[in-house]
Amino acid sequence: MTPVDKPCGLEAKGVFFRYGVDESDKVLALAGVDLEISQGEFVVVLGPNGSGKSTLAKHLNALLLPDEGDVWVLGMNTKEPEFTWEIRRSAGMVFQNPDNQLVATVVEEDVAFGPENLGVEPPEIRKLVAGALEAVGMGAFRRHSPHHLSGGQKQRVAIAGILAMKPKCIILDEPTAMLDPSGREEVMKTVKQLNEEMGITVIHITHFMDEALYADRVIVMDKGEIAIVGTPREVFSQWQDMAQLGLEVPPVGQLSRRLWSAGIDIDPGILTVDELVDELCRLKSRI
Amino acid sequence: MISGGIIVGQYYPVSSFVHSMDPRAKILISMIFMIVLFLGNNFYSFAVTGIFAVLAVTLSKIPWRVLIRGLRPIVFIMSFTILLHLFLTPGEAIFQIGPLNATWPGLIQGLFIGLRLIILIIFTSLLTLTTSPIELTDGLEDILKPFSVIGVPAHEIAMMMTIALRFIPTLLEEADRIMKAQMARGADFESGNMVQRAKSLVPLLVPLFVSAFRRADELAMAMEARCYRGGEGRTRMRQLSFSAKDYYALGFTIVMSALVVYTRIRFGPVIPKGPV
Repeated sequence: MTPVDKPCGLEAKGVFFRYGVDESDKVLALAGVDLEISQGEFVVVLGPNGSGKSTLAKHLNALLLPDEGDVWVLGMNTKEPEFTWEIRRSAGMVFQNPDNQLVATVVEEDVAFGPENLGVEPPEIRKLVAGALEAVGMGAFRRHSPHHLSGGQKQRVAIAGILAMKPKCIILDEPTAMLDPSGREEVMKTVKQLNEEMGITVIHITHFMDEALYADRVIVMDKGEIAIVGTPREVFSQWQDMAQLGLEVPPVGQLSRRLWSAGIDIDPGILTVDELVDELCRLKSRI
Repeated sequence: MISGGIIVGQYYPVSSFVHSMDPRAKILISMIFMIVLFLGNNFYSFAVTGIFAVLAVTLSKIPWRVLIRGLRPIVFIMSFTILLHLFLTPGEAIFQIGPLNATWPGLIQGLFIGLRLIILIIFTSLLTLTTSPIELTDGLEDILKPFSVIGVPAHEIAMMMTIALRFIPTLLEEADRIMKAQMARGADFESGNMVQRAKSLVPLLVPLFVSAFRRADELAMAMEARCYRGGEGRTRMRQLSFSAKDYYALGFTIVMSALVVYTRIRFGPVIPKGPV
C-alpha cells in the first residue's frame, strides 16, 4: 500500500477500542467511530468525561491502534509500522499538562527535540526552531528555561515543538484544561492563526464550550460514539441534546435564546458577543 | 538552592576563557588532573598541580570566595583525616597526648592529604561552575559514545541527565505544594525526634512518587508522539567543536602531567613509609 490511496486529511472508519488487559474487565472507549477530516479544517471535539475524545485523539497519530476498523492519516494506515514515524511527524500532538511534555531545560532545545529525533541536519534544525518559535510568538524566549514560563507560554512552546517537525495537522488534547483564562485565549489565538495562515489542520479537544466557537466543525462525542456533528451554530442549536450530555451552550448563546423565547425578534442561534452586539444594534436602529 | 554550602553542580555564568572551552576538553582535563593529583607524592608535584589549579581558576574568572565557600562542607572530613594521619603515622614524635603520638611524618602526610583534597574540590567544582548543565550532558554523551560498542548506553545516560535537570525544579515545587497541603491538614514536619520526623515525611513522599510516576508516563507518551526512538539516527542542534584554545589547554595539561610524573620519579615520596 502506498500513502497516496487517500490523498489528504484524516479518516477513521468503524474504529473500536477497548482499554484493559483482561478480556473480562475491558472498557469500551471507542464504539464504532467514523470520521473524515479534510486538510485545513479546524475541528473541535467536545464531550463529557470518559466519552472517548482523548482516546480518539491518540488514534490519530498512532499512539493507540484500533482494535477494529482503520485510521488513515494523509492516506497512511496507522496499523502499518513503516508509517508510524511519518504519521507522528505529520500529525503532531499537544497534551494537557504543559509541564509533562517539555523535555529540555531551554526553550529552543525543547523545540529542537522533534527535528533532532527525525535526524535533520543541525543548520536546518536551527532554521526550523527559529521559524516555529516565531510562529507562536515565543521568539524572544528562546534562551529561557521552560520552568519560568507561564502555562500559556509553555503550551505555545509545546506547539512550536510540533511545528518544527513541519506537520500537516496538529492534534490538541485538552491543551487549555490546566490554564487560566488569559492562557487559554493565548493558546486558542495561536492555534487559530496557525490554521488560517499556514493551512494546518487542527483537531482541538476541549471541555470548554466557548472554544468550540473557533471551529469550522464541532464533533460531540458520547460513550465512545459521535453523537452530534455540525457547525458550532448547528450543534448548539440542539441545546436539549447537549444538555442531556451535560454540556452547556456558551453564555451568549443562552442569552440570545432566552431573549428570543421572551418574544424579542432576535436570531436564537447567536453564539458570540460580536454577533449579538450587531443584532442588538440592528434591532435598536429599527425602533 | 538545594543545599547551602555545596557548589558542585552550580553554574556560575560569566564569560571567560574556561567558560568558552569545549565541554569535552574540560571533562577530559578534569579526569587527567584527578589522576595526576593522586600520582603526585612530594612538595614539587603539589607545587605543579597547585599552580595549574590556580591558573585555571584565574582563567575562569570565578571569584575565590565562591570556591572557598564550596570547601566548607569538607572542612570536617579534612580535619578528621589530617588528625588521623598526624597521630597514627609512626615516626619521630612532636608531642604526646595520652597514648597518642603526634609525629613529623604524620604531620606531613596529613598536610599532603588535606592539600590534595582542597585542590581536588576546587578543580572539580570549576568544571560545573564553568559549564552549563546542557553543555555538560552534551560533552558527556560525546565522550561516552566510543564506549557504546562495549555496551555503555551513552545517549540514554545523557537523556536521563537532561530529563532529571528539567524536572528537578518541577518536582521541588511540587514537594513544596504537597507539604503545604499536608500542613494545612495538620501534618507536622518540624517537631519530634529523628524517627518521628522521618515518619512524618511519608505523607509527603507517597504523593510525590505517585505524581512523579504519572509525569514519567505522560512524558514518555509525549516523547513518543514527537518521534523519539532512542539515540539511533538522531542528530543534535548544538554541535560541539574543538577550537585552538581547547588544544592549547589539553597540551598544557599534558605538559603539567609529564612534570608531575617527572617529579615523582626524580624526587620520590617525601616520607618513605606509607600510612598505617
